[in-house]
Amino acid sequence: MMKKIESRLREKFPMSKDRILYWQDRGFDYFFVPSWELFEAVSLLKSEFGFDLLMDLFCVDYLNYPTPLPDFMRFETVACLYSTSANRRIFIKSYYPAEAPEADSLVPLYAGANWFEREIFDMFGVRFKNHPDLRRILMYESFEGHPLRKDYDIKKRQPLIGPKN
Amino acid sequence: MGLETAFGDSLVTTKISEVINWARKFALYPMPFGTACCAIEYMASVGAHYDASRFGAEIVRFSPRQSDLMIVAGTVSHKLAPILKNIYDQMLEPKWVISMGACASSGGFYDNYATVQGIDTIIPVDVYIPGCPPRPEAVLGAIIKVMEKIEKDTVLRFDDAEAEE
Repeated sequence: MMKKIESRLREKFPMSKDRILYWQDRGFDYFFVPSWELFEAVSLLKSEFGFDLLMDLFCVDYLNYPTPLPDFMRFETVACLYSTSANRRIFIKSYYPAEAPEADSLVPLYAGANWFEREIFDMFGVRFKNHPDLRRILMYESFEGHPLRKDYDIKKRQPLIGPKN
Repeated sequence: MGLETAFGDSLVTTKISEVINWARKFALYPMPFGTACCAIEYMASVGAHYDASRFGAEIVRFSPRQSDLMIVAGTVSHKLAPILKNIYDQMLEPKWVISMGACASSGGFYDNYATVQGIDTIIPVDVYIPGCPPRPEAVLGAIIKVMEKIEKDTVLRFDDAEAEE
């Protein structure tokens, strides 16, 4: 099944076929898809391969990673899709540049992506186009910056009331 | 030569402040501001086994206007801080505050962007309970400490003058 998905993705996106990677790690299947193809790729997986459930969507900041990565690969989102009919799950990874990280929202495909994407926006500052309500979800509106970015000062405090301590 | 000589055992003389403080200290109505696992431990302290009603502090009121002892049990985030202040302000005088557990007292191990580093930066605290979470005995000990504090309270204006002398 995974080989079929890999060839189908390469066929669908001929321009980025060298950027599409597939590998296995500890029994899980991973795909690497460029962020600008993420929406179409997930849409294809949902409609043609029956991955009907978005289990999780999260983000990683690779700044100051032990193996240095280029600036255009600073952020990485990981979407975990599950097929209820085939009982399979796959991970779709895609990377984002340090400047203005952006991708198409998955909300039109999975309504559950709404809060995941808001959390990623809140914590990492990755923006999702066509998101119905891209506001902060955990921090307050007056909070400045994105606290889970590696360059957010660990000692920085922005209390609403009371002293900064 | 007090009134007791004339009336015998049928009458006891005392100070008005002592009567009021005696009534107050055995009728504490706690308002639990429970945000985390300390609140579960507080439930155990109020429950039948440890039985806070031995000290008259078992009638837990979830309305700040009906209570005079605030028990802040759990982590308080910066987003929650204005709510904590608001609820404290709604409580009627006289009022006391117990800061229960490491998180409420100092932020605990949540030394991060989201957490208030001790609720005493926002509201006045009478008694701190260490522990993560504290044992029910420690909670009861704190209630006794509050009772001791109430005992020494001044109620009337001439009491203040007396204390100054």
